[in-house]
Amino acid sequence: MQMTRRQMAGALSALPLLPMLGGCGAREGGALTVWAMGNEAASLPALIKGIDWPASAPPISVQPLPWTAAHEKLLTGFAGGSLPSLGQVGNSWIAELAAIGAITPVPAHAMPLLDDQFGAVTDTNRIAGQTWGIPWYVDTRLQFFRKDLFARADYAAPPPDWTGWKAALHKVRKVAGAGNFALLYPLNEYEQLTTLALSAGARMLRDEGGRGAFSEPEFKAALAFYKSLFDEGLAPRVSMTQISNVWTEFGRGYFSLFQSGPWTIGDMRSRLAPELQGDWGTAANPGPDGVGSAAPGGSSLVVFAGGAHDDAAWDLVSRLMAPGAQLALHRVTGDLPARRSVWAAAGLAGDAAVAPFRTQLERATALPKVPEWERIVTEMQIVAERMVRGKFSVDEAAQEIDARADRLLEKRRWMLDKGRAL
Amino acid sequence: MTLRRWSVTLLAALVALITIAPLIWMVSVSFMARGEAAQFPPPLWPANPTLENYHLLFGTFGVGRFLINSVLISTLATGLALLFTIPAGYAFAKLRFGGRDAIFRMLVAALVVPGQVGMLPLFLELKAMGLVNSYAGALVPWLAGIFGIFLVRQYCLSIPDEMLEAARIDGASEGQILRRIVLPILTPIIVTLALYVFLSSWNDFMWPLIILADQQLYTLPVALAANSRQNVQDYEIMMAGAVVTTLPVLILFLALQRYYLSGLLAGSVKG
Amino acid sequence: MNAASRTSEARAGRAMAAPALAAILLFFVLPAIASLFLGFTDFDIYALADIGNLRFVGLANYERLIENPLFWKAMTNTLLFVAVGTPFIVAMSLFAAMLVNSRWLKWRPVWRVALFAPYVTTLVATAVVWRYLLHTRYGLLNYMLSFFGIPPVDWLGSPTASLPAILLFVGWKTFGYNMIIFLAALQTVPRELDEAARIDGANRFTRLRHVTLPAIGPTLLLVSVLTVAGMFQLFAEPYVMTQGGPAQSTVTILYFMYEEGFKWWNLGSGAAVAFLLFLCILAVTLVQLRLAKRSGAL
Repeated sequence: MQMTRRQMAGALSALPLLPMLGGCGAREGGALTVWAMGNEAASLPALIKGIDWPASAPPISVQPLPWTAAHEKLLTGFAGGSLPSLGQVGNSWIAELAAIGAITPVPAHAMPLLDDQFGAVTDTNRIAGQTWGIPWYVDTRLQFFRKDLFARADYAAPPPDWTGWKAALHKVRKVAGAGNFALLYPLNEYEQLTTLALSAGARMLRDEGGRGAFSEPEFKAALAFYKSLFDEGLAPRVSMTQISNVWTEFGRGYFSLFQSGPWTIGDMRSRLAPELQGDWGTAANPGPDGVGSAAPGGSSLVVFAGGAHDDAAWDLVSRLMAPGAQLALHRVTGDLPARRSVWAAAGLAGDAAVAPFRTQLERATALPKVPEWERIVTEMQIVAERMVRGKFSVDEAAQEIDARADRLLEKRRWMLDKGRAL
Repeated sequence: MTLRRWSVTLLAALVALITIAPLIWMVSVSFMARGEAAQFPPPLWPANPTLENYHLLFGTFGVGRFLINSVLISTLATGLALLFTIPAGYAFAKLRFGGRDAIFRMLVAALVVPGQVGMLPLFLELKAMGLVNSYAGALVPWLAGIFGIFLVRQYCLSIPDEMLEAARIDGASEGQILRRIVLPILTPIIVTLALYVFLSSWNDFMWPLIILADQQLYTLPVALAANSRQNVQDYEIMMAGAVVTTLPVLILFLALQRYYLSGLLAGSVKG
Repeated sequence: MNAASRTSEARAGRAMAAPALAAILLFFVLPAIASLFLGFTDFDIYALADIGNLRFVGLANYERLIENPLFWKAMTNTLLFVAVGTPFIVAMSLFAAMLVNSRWLKWRPVWRVALFAPYVTTLVATAVVWRYLLHTRYGLLNYMLSFFGIPPVDWLGSPTASLPAILLFVGWKTFGYNMIIFLAALQTVPRELDEAARIDGANRFTRLRHVTLPAIGPTLLLVSVLTVAGMFQLFAEPYVMTQGGPAQSTVTILYFMYEEGFKWWNLGSGAAVAFLLFLCILAVTLVQLRLAKRSGAL
């Protein structure tokens, strides 16, 4: 019997050991841990070497997260109480992280870091009267087009107003020849429609983000315009997975215009055939009566709640935001600097492909800042795709999107009622 | 008859070749120079074999860390699983206690329930215990191995009762019986079970993916999946990563395959 | 045997079973039952932050799932995997087992190990390998097919080819295990029976149908139950190879549960999915058992 007891005791004593094993996890110890993603994570150690980090401050340890899993991992980290001190997060996640109390507001002494930034970008990070993160680099989506095909249709660039823009696309389509289209708006991507909606001045949510506002005239105008692009044969009814290779198809003239972000500039230069290198350009988005809007994107630096090194973390943020560090980040990653003063230093104004991004960022509008947003636009696009395929009229689609959004926002309304939502 | 003999063997060889071809190709591509594999027709052998991919993998990608994590988690999972399941399996086979058969019937019925059914509540449970994002969290499912209990019990049934009775009459305690008499007899099935748990926990993907947040704790499969979603174009490095991930278990299996195959049969067929 | 030793035996039995039973209760039974209850709540990101934000919502999660086209897509995809994959994999395994069991085969253990090897490899690693094997332009598979004049297939990029492509991989990965089970059963079939049928002039197919299959009936059932259960649990394959695409053609029920639970953090609705998954597996297993009973295999 002794042995049995001992055996049982041995096995059972393994149970309390478990939390100790938990302690073997990457607890912060004395270090200031930073979570970052993709290219930024890869270049961060070198950047940090370049800044003058005081010897008395805690040592910095950078941990990379894969972009594809970053959002999930941030929330797992939150659930497990193992978030680091500092992190890079996509601007569109800030509402969610703030709502659950995972991040801390920017303290007054760090607010000057926002001074020469783009208004729409900093606005994205402003929730419930407080700012929750410092934009680190920025991006947005605008149009990439075939200069040569537009020139053959007698346009130097796509016109900035919807009517003129669409007329130009009709001509470009004729120039491109039978079997080809004018633009590619993949049916599984929601960014094109939200860009049109922002350009039309739609707010998309109302009642403090408690209900959809997709039936308001501004959104319906955008939705109708979107639908007409397919109905008039300007855009093929395809999703991105049916386009085997964007660069080949763009080079072939299957479409002459599509929407994307600054990361595509590098791809264009490396993947488009050399003889086409002079034939592509970028331009700000069109709007109902002149240059339209766009959603600001990019990543921010945030300080997570409950960390041990808040002051050191904000110190690191301000050092990473210094013009020299911003310039270095741009040089290594190609990311567009968040601070406008750095754009001049980086010589970005002289780059014809990049300059329109500046124009667009100055005219960007923040998207609704609710945690449910990504799900709402995913649903919006599912409905929009069905509308384009003829299942809904514009009015019906708007109504359906509202219904789905309201359903997704039900919890938020309850939270608002209880005064628990941000 | 010899013709028949050779044609059957040839067919088997062909099927076997097709079966292991992906594995051979994986190893081959892992020694290719960067960009070499992305050609048409796909090259079968590296023109100039290089270790560059492995250097990158252990240097830039820090695979050593994931390798250590995987070894650690699988070893601990194996040890704990054995510690928990062997005494239980023996007890269910040979020791009479109240409710034994009823409990065992319930366990067998529970085999139908896939572990994923409870994954979300288990995550919340471990969150409450503070085990999210820790090795311990990744280990927990291996403590609850019904299959292991089942396997051990099956094997124990063949131990003659007289042997245990004789030991009792000689004054041995139940614990001594387990340790001195039963464990030596169980050696083959313990090897099988250990191998089974080690391989399963090494290859496990969904649970570590859920429970581990920061990259420092990732096991090889989780790290490989994350990187493969990100660096799709890097053919050769991904192949080297696949080799590092799967070769240890493959070698382990080849070394101990006799135990593994026969042991699994004992568990599955009678089950 | 006296009463004292009987008691001490019972005490020892309980003590030895207790740790494992405690672990099973705590980490398996409890969560599985909790899943049912969690499915009746709206546990989400807000509740994760503050449990005060949790509400009991009755069947609302289930109602929403029924209205959710992606859920149905995941359900149909999974059922397709089960319906197409099970016969395919079982047939493949049986073929391999009969080949390895052939009395004319030389070096049997070599082939047995070679055919079993894919089963022990790491799923994620071989999924990565297969993603490249199935590559439209540089993949070995399309290259092989080109010798037969078959034009390149966009295996993982076309909604119609993605399911067969993943099945091919899953079949390759798992048939070895089933083969071993079949092999054990086949070894119990007396060679004389087969031989007698052969002398009577029965061809290969008739012999398979009338001699071999009846003899291994219960094993056939076991293997198909295991395969069906495996098909319901596909997750890493779509996660690594297609991320559920193209056009959501490879979103399986477990992949859907993962996204619902750990991407959108709707644990309530994810738990409802888990419970439905359980019901599906249970239903299919019961149907298989009943069919087997009716046909006399058990």
